[in-house]
Amino acid sequence: MLSAMKYASPTTVAEAVDLLGYEPDARVYAGATDLIPQIRAGRPEPTVMVDLKRIARLCAISSNGSTHTVGAATPTADICAHDGLAAAFPGLVEASGLIGSDQIQSRSSWGGNLANASPAADTPPSLVVNDARAVIAGPDGERTVASADVATGPGTTSLGPAEIIVEFVLDEPPARTADAYLRLIPRTEMDIAVVGAAARVTLDGDGRVAAAAIALGAVAPTVVRAPHAEAALIGNEPAGDALAAVEAAAAAATDPIDDKRGTVAYRRQVAGVLARRAVSIAAERARERGGQS
Amino acid sequence: MSRVHVTCTINGDPAEFLCDGGQTLLDALRDEVGLTGAKEGCGTGDCGACSVVMDGRLLCSCLVLAPEAEGTTISTVEGMASGDDLHPLQQCFLEGAALQCGVCTPGFLVAARALLDRNPDPDETEIRYGLAGNLCRCTGYDKIVRAVQAAATEITAINES
Repeated sequence: MLSAMKYASPTTVAEAVDLLGYEPDARVYAGATDLIPQIRAGRPEPTVMVDLKRIARLCAISSNGSTHTVGAATPTADICAHDGLAAAFPGLVEASGLIGSDQIQSRSSWGGNLANASPAADTPPSLVVNDARAVIAGPDGERTVASADVATGPGTTSLGPAEIIVEFVLDEPPARTADAYLRLIPRTEMDIAVVGAAARVTLDGDGRVAAAAIALGAVAPTVVRAPHAEAALIGNEPAGDALAAVEAAAAAATDPIDDKRGTVAYRRQVAGVLARRAVSIAAERARERGGQS
Repeated sequence: MSRVHVTCTINGDPAEFLCDGGQTLLDALRDEVGLTGAKEGCGTGDCGACSVVMDGRLLCSCLVLAPEAEGTTISTVEGMASGDDLHPLQQCFLEGAALQCGVCTPGFLVAARALLDRNPDPDETEIRYGLAGNLCRCTGYDKIVRAVQAAATEITAINES
């Protein structure tokens, strides 16, 4: 099994892109935690497995004060251990830590989580609410797109055949801003989201919501934003009627499927509840963050 | 097809082997190097029976391609004992009967050692989360958790003496 494939470990982005150009059936990977099980399950074998982890830029975390840059193949274990990221994006880091066991954490990455394009992936909703941009390299150079524009449906992406995600760029959050991520699974660990909800809230000096972003996972073919839920928060304290409106609007924003993990009605209701709770947690964190940025 | 030549360090010793590009590290350890401690349970990264540590990272060797091992330092369950002296985790698993069929045991031992290296005094919840990537289908987890707690106490005592 797996023995017909070749292995390549380019050390530069250009080398990786060149390789994909002349090996159209090659596949890039970071941790292969999804790709190898998919091949074992019968997906056609790539001609070449292209390991991206020997490219330094894809495994680097850096901050310059105003932006944070995280290599697309950086193991989520490193992301979770990074104090600067945890302080700036607590919800995104929590979502990163929810991917699988410690063994999987050694290998799983934001780039892989996004490019695998599972509707139930844990980090994409949090990447979206934090306006993370994906830097994508291909034969024509590099382009930058919103993380929300990478996955186009279950297992499909907007990436070209010789394109790879190089890194993610996130702005340092403004003052009184924080995020949160919640997911429902039937047990406490090691399962795939029935619903995931990410929220990010910016408060004004009076404790009212100045900006909000809410994104939901596992309730539609791709991550969905809940714009009416976001609008219901603006200008209000994140409490009472505003939170009730968030719950209703978030539930209405979903387009879930029935499967063994949950029914349409259940997923819709849980999406509303998790969105409301994620907003509450994000708002509490935003208060605690105060004026620091 | 040309095979890939890999040079690495396994359990403290220099090692080299030939592997196929698409061969997993688990298969290379077992079939090329002859270290059969790591087991294949699921082959999909769910059960942890193939756990090894590569360059300080605990991982499922069934999800690693063998050529990735080039230049790395790997530790497997075979490297835990010092000669005839079992590692405290191995001794506590034996004394606590924390195994039945034993297929999951090498993975649990390697994962438990990685956990104790990071957190020498874990509570029960931390042990259960720390070993959540390892499945046992016969004995159950209580004896395993208690064996890890006993080993943690013993290792701490050894380090303080």
